[in-house]
Amino acid sequence: MTERIDVLKTYKLYIGGQFPRTESGRYYAVKNANGKLIANMCLASRKDFRDAVVAARSAFSGWSGKSAFNRSQILYRIAEMMESRRTQLIDELLLLGYKSVDANNEVSAAIDRMVYYAGWCDKYQQVFSSVNPVASPHFNFSVPEPTGVVAIVASQQSALISLVSAIAPVIAGGNTCVVLAAEQLPLSAISFAEIIHSSDVPAGVVNILTGKVSELLKYFADHMDVNAIVTYQLTNQEMQLVKEKSALNVKRVVEYNAMNWLEDTAQSPYFITDVQEVKTTWHPIETVAAGKSGY
Amino acid sequence: MAKSSKNIQPTLKFNIKYAPAPESVSAASINEQYNLFINGKFEKPLSKKYFDTINPATEKKIASVAEAGAADVDKAVKAARAAYNGHWGKMPAKERAKYIFRIARMIQERAREFAIIESLDGGKPIRESRDIDIPLAANHFFYYAGWADKLNYAFPNRNVSPLGVAGQIIPWNFPLLMAAWKIAPALACGNTVVLKPAETTPLTALKLAELIQDCDLPPGVVNIITGAGETGAALVNHPDIDKIAFTGSTEVGKIIQRATANTNKKLTLELGGKAANIIFEDAPIDQAVEGIINGIYFNQGHVCCAGSRLFVQESVYKEVLQKLKDRIATLIVGNPLDKNTDVGAINSKQQLQTIQKYIAIGKKEGAEMFESSCALPNKGFFCRPTLFTNVAQSSRIAQEEIFGPVLAIQTFRTDDEVIEKANNTPYGLSAGVWTNKGSRIFNITTRLRAGVVWANTYNKFDPVSPFGGYKESGFGREGGLHGLNAYVK
Repeated sequence: MTERIDVLKTYKLYIGGQFPRTESGRYYAVKNANGKLIANMCLASRKDFRDAVVAARSAFSGWSGKSAFNRSQILYRIAEMMESRRTQLIDELLLLGYKSVDANNEVSAAIDRMVYYAGWCDKYQQVFSSVNPVASPHFNFSVPEPTGVVAIVASQQSALISLVSAIAPVIAGGNTCVVLAAEQLPLSAISFAEIIHSSDVPAGVVNILTGKVSELLKYFADHMDVNAIVTYQLTNQEMQLVKEKSALNVKRVVEYNAMNWLEDTAQSPYFITDVQEVKTTWHPIETVAAGKSGY
Repeated sequence: MAKSSKNIQPTLKFNIKYAPAPESVSAASINEQYNLFINGKFEKPLSKKYFDTINPATEKKIASVAEAGAADVDKAVKAARAAYNGHWGKMPAKERAKYIFRIARMIQERAREFAIIESLDGGKPIRESRDIDIPLAANHFFYYAGWADKLNYAFPNRNVSPLGVAGQIIPWNFPLLMAAWKIAPALACGNTVVLKPAETTPLTALKLAELIQDCDLPPGVVNIITGAGETGAALVNHPDIDKIAFTGSTEVGKIIQRATANTNKKLTLELGGKAANIIFEDAPIDQAVEGIINGIYFNQGHVCCAGSRLFVQESVYKEVLQKLKDRIATLIVGNPLDKNTDVGAINSKQQLQTIQKYIAIGKKEGAEMFESSCALPNKGFFCRPTLFTNVAQSSRIAQEEIFGPVLAIQTFRTDDEVIEKANNTPYGLSAGVWTNKGSRIFNITTRLRAGVVWANTYNKFDPVSPFGGYKESGFGREGGLHGLNAYVK
């Protein structure tokens, strides 16, 4: 009896709802603890990033214009798809060198985290909005709105949970994003892209690149059509670069340190509002009646 | 397509002469020289340097003011740090609140004096300083005072603490009001501050320092140091500052964002704008015209949220333009201290030159200029209310912030077109929408990428109402519950 030969998976980028190879034709090898090759990953280039920003920008009005309830259902759908591909996600973590129990815990936590943020989609606005009792006859209210296109440099701490924890609050709030996956733990990111792709998330809302922080960071920070950059545990030197380049278009810089990703402290509606703007709207109130009206 | 407007000329002849109604300056006491307010005392500058602040309406010197050098900045920051580590940091929040209430009350008591000095030093009409700047400044302190012992209610499920020492740099267009916007929330959240007012308008901040002294605020909690860009840079770069709050131009905001890149200083920026004021054909036109006038000529157009781009739906373009030109002809330009004055003096010679440069650019780019025919005083820095028609979207007067009484008018046909044009700038501070249709208001206000949107009104401000921009207009909010966020961690 002949032994069956495995069909190996080619990991590609995820840009604008498609899975292209990097335009640069470059790759980098990801190996397991024993030094065995696991996969050749696309080594994304500046051009790949720029293409991804174009995709994210064109997806922004559609995604931010969806009803919050609809976004909530779509995020929940992502969680459903993750659950159905649990085994695949666990196997991939094992391949990367995770212990079985850790792989199980991480996948469970990642799914639960997505459910957590799915629930926030139509609630954070209520918690963080206000009706402002101005002294003049106006109805005045403030609401959070998505900041726009968000560039995310994901944590290098884990393969899946930190990636999911970074993306979920950004898209829950109606932003679109371009994410650089953990350099040495990228497999789960591309499998997560496949999950996104089959979860009714419109093309371009989430774009995922694999590659090197050292190469791409400056482009993430200086792109003029990126509204915010979210980083995890970068060095002081890297943060200085991010902040300096971000000044070019007054980018919002959100800096996070290492987290205990499996804990509840790694989730919060404040991670949603970190990439939100506040819009205040004034409406006059008619004052012809005898009684005082207003708020 | 914008239409030529040469054939639209003012129909009204404005011949009404108002008797002069000048506010008396005797109600204000101004020293010949001011020192730096550090650790509760007025201290001579270690730099030994002073500069003059002048009245832009007469070009005459009002007072000389200390120029803080790096050593002075250091002294002020040390005082603020000592106050933060000492009495202020340990004081129960409800006691902290009472000091801030006290400041609010005393501003109300001295409102007339503040209004006069604001108009003298900055050139804004006394009507505006009296009715808007000073009352709003007092109200801002009053509003935030009450927050001091209620912060846990502002941040659900989070225990917040103050940041420490805040360095605050404010502009010359609303001097006392901007000082209030900066100081009040910072103190309410338990921080101490070093504030630098703009070099052309330092006097009301220094009067505020006197007032703070009279309120017996513990020394070092508020330090006010005067100077120009170099003083500001020394403050931004001081290593013992925890937070920088800046209001001013986008250009300087970017420099500050870059300058703080290798630090952990928290940053909020309230920068420039190029607001779209959008008039639909079903708008109440007379009201809209008042809103346009208030939007661009309020405070000589020295307003970051000024409605400097007007978008008129084509079908009402002629009517709006006619009424606008008629209304401009009635604006009284002149002595800021006269209670009849609508448009006062341009804040400085430098700013007047900037405005004149943009007017020349507008003409050169092919736009058609119209200006009020009013006479201007012989002395001082004045600019006639001006508008441009036939302005291209790419024109510099439609893209860049002028910060003066210059309106760029464009036309549109559809909702989608005007949203596209309105959002097509690097800025995103404010916007206006005029229509009688309620559902359209919400359609447009939600699609405008701007932090403050006025519907059927313009240039309204209130302490409870958060203010701040999207995109290159900066980040962070001032005012309201959301304004607390800038001063806690």
